[in-house]
Amino acid sequence: MALLSVQDISVSIGVLSPLESVTFEIDKGEILGLVGESGSGKSLTAMCVMGLLPRIGGTITKGAIVFDGRDLTRLPELELRRLRGKRIALISQNPMTSLDPIIRIGAQIDQVSTLHLGLSAEAAKARSLELIAQLRIPEPAAIHRAYPHQLSGGMKQRIVIAMALAADPDLIVADEPTTALDVTIQAQIIQIMAELVRDRGLALMLITHDMGVVAQACDRVVVLYAGRVAEMNVIGEIFAAPKHPYTRELIRCIPRLGQEPGSLKGIPGVVPSIVDYPEGCRFNPRCSDAQALCRERKPALERKSTGLAACHFSEA
Amino acid sequence: MDPSDPQSDDLVTLTDLTREFSSGGGFMKPRRTMRAVNNVSLGVPRGKVTGVVGESGCGKSTLARLVLRLLEATEGTVVFDGKNLATQSQTEMRKLRRQMQMVFQDPYSAIDPRYTIRRALLEPFQVQGDSKSAAEAKLAAEELISMVGLNPRMMASFPHQLSGGQKQRVGIARALALRPSFLVLDEPTASLDVSIQAQIIDLLENLKEELGLTYLFISHDLSLVRYFCDRVVVMYLGRVMEILPGPGVLPRHHYAHALLDSNFEPDPTRRKVVTMLSGEIPSPFATIPGCAFAARCPAATDLCNRERPPLADLGDGHMIACHHPMD
Ligand SMILES: Nc1ncnc2c1ncn2[C@@H]1O[C@H](COP(=O)(O)OP(=O)(O)OP(=O)(O)O)[C@@H](O)[C@H]1O
Ligand SMILES: Nc1ncnc2c1ncn2[C@@H]1O[C@H](COP(=O)(O)OP(=O)(O)O)[C@@H](O)[C@H]1O
Ligand code: SF4
Ligand code: SF4
Ligand SMILES: [Mg+2]
Ligand SMILES: [Mg+2]
Repeated sequence: MALLSVQDISVSIGVLSPLESVTFEIDKGEILGLVGESGSGKSLTAMCVMGLLPRIGGTITKGAIVFDGRDLTRLPELELRRLRGKRIALISQNPMTSLDPIIRIGAQIDQVSTLHLGLSAEAAKARSLELIAQLRIPEPAAIHRAYPHQLSGGMKQRIVIAMALAADPDLIVADEPTTALDVTIQAQIIQIMAELVRDRGLALMLITHDMGVVAQACDRVVVLYAGRVAEMNVIGEIFAAPKHPYTRELIRCIPRLGQEPGSLKGIPGVVPSIVDYPEGCRFNPRCSDAQALCRERKPALERKSTGLAACHFSEA
Repeated sequence: MDPSDPQSDDLVTLTDLTREFSSGGGFMKPRRTMRAVNNVSLGVPRGKVTGVVGESGCGKSTLARLVLRLLEATEGTVVFDGKNLATQSQTEMRKLRRQMQMVFQDPYSAIDPRYTIRRALLEPFQVQGDSKSAAEAKLAAEELISMVGLNPRMMASFPHQLSGGQKQRVGIARALALRPSFLVLDEPTASLDVSIQAQIIDLLENLKEELGLTYLFISHDLSLVRYFCDRVVVMYLGRVMEILPGPGVLPRHHYAHALLDSNFEPDPTRRKVVTMLSGEIPSPFATIPGCAFAARCPAATDLCNRERPPLADLGDGHMIACHHPMD
């Protein structure tokens, strides 16, 4: 059984329904990419898994989120809080949402393992130093004593990853962890994260809008479009034989090495806004395969020869 | 490639361009000076796309503003179509401004939120003192809006009613209003989704062909630059590290190589093993006597720490500032 199984969840925030029938699974030792354009619902999906939706006034109206056999949508807040940080850790785009500016870096990482693993102060410090070193930050002891403002953005994000790892979680949810960083730093952090996840047999849900990062690091991919899953598939199929027209078009939008000038075209139209999602298939106004049925009926997410796709006309 | 060569087919020539910024200097605070753009020499060939790529803070936007003289250089010159911008009178400069325009990353910043799209499109004419009859203005605005692929019905809309991509189209239309020959595009697609970024690049490619434009295209996205640009200039800490004469030319500078190495291909069969660079990007206020990349470069020697490598020609316009280029 998968470590995390998100089963057909829908979310409402006030009158809006930003997520509809979202379904996917993550196994241990696996990196799952969650991709989509801005507003497609990536961060909200992360909040669902973290049980943080109530904080922004949202509710899960349908479906289940089963983590290690338990449905998180039915757990009382107290138990959720115990899971968060301990077994499920969050890394967000801005490292300062996880770091306290007036507490030394070391104390902040130490605290995670004293709290969640019950380590002594001494053991916690040793563990923090080891984690800092594993993230290839030079001079761990000096960093342990430093304050967040003394570190660059890339270093801070590495510290946040160290903090997430400190409790020895089973699942890490990373919401665009490298988007704010420079590319050379991004590449290094993605590499380190992927290595650590594989070495420790963790599961990582990696949210990104960067298909290069997905191709580099992920085992499986969920493609979101306008609050619904367009496709879920193994990485090879996503790039070589996508089952949904949106997946196919999205990949076509990224310039490849040696691509013929003039051949980059984009997807016509605009990314729909939540207040006017089209009837039927939400991709239909931009889809070159669309037919009358697509404007009338919503395609269900169905099993294909590989993976799942929500399209009336995608082949088997 | 000699910038002083009158035969050169460069529309714009930058020679030893430097811009300093100072900060601090209050009570007990030493005044610190940094060179955001440090001794940059570069030709921008007519009718071509010259790309400038580099990480945040390396001086790309400062370079863009210097090129258009939206910012004064501390040292060095910008020659546009044979004219040294620094010595132009205000009237002459105003005339020249029609020919060189900028498109910004943030399409919101360039458009007044209270203006309708029509008014935003006609603003460049007013700034230049071009009086137009109502009929002429209507025609001009309609022509511009269809040139960038927007529906003329959008003319009465306000910016907040437009998507990011549509706003960027308006930004491009405004830049084209006065029929410039040269556009500086400062990360015009950085805030857009990829499906929209590709649309805008497609539009820019078509406009360049139709109108015979010359572009200076700034981006931090190496794969985009390699696709779109005829030449690629790689910057680091205000300095030019390497100029690749064609998109297929492989970098030989260690920093340019690291940048390429960090660029993941959208192809899971071509995963990379990323070389871990030691160290961090130095502070822009640090005084670096040698190569700016020496602190992170796996091939750095004493010489690199001591002496700044000059930008030298490897042949065919492939320029590199490195004491020990890669093979
Ligand atoms: N007006 C200014 N006053 C002081 N420093 C400045 C000013 N403008 C730019 N700088 C500094 O000059 C350096 C280069 O900045 P610039 O905006 O040109 O970088 P950039 O390459 O465009 O970065 P980005 O990719 O983040 O847009 C930075 O260190 C920046 O802080
Ligand atoms: N707190 C909120 N209140 C109302 N709507 C929200 C809130 N957060 C997100 N949304 C809406 O939900 C949709 C998905 O948002 P989000 O998950 O942040 O997208 P992504 O992370 O993919 O860019 C968007 O249309 C967004 O406007
Ligand atoms: S259902 Fe129709 S509109 Fe939607 S992706 Fe499939 S073909 Fe395109
Ligand atoms: S000059 Fe030296 S430090 Fe700079 S890139 Fe070349 S080898 Fe590396
Ligand atoms: Mg988000
Ligand atoms: Mg900039």
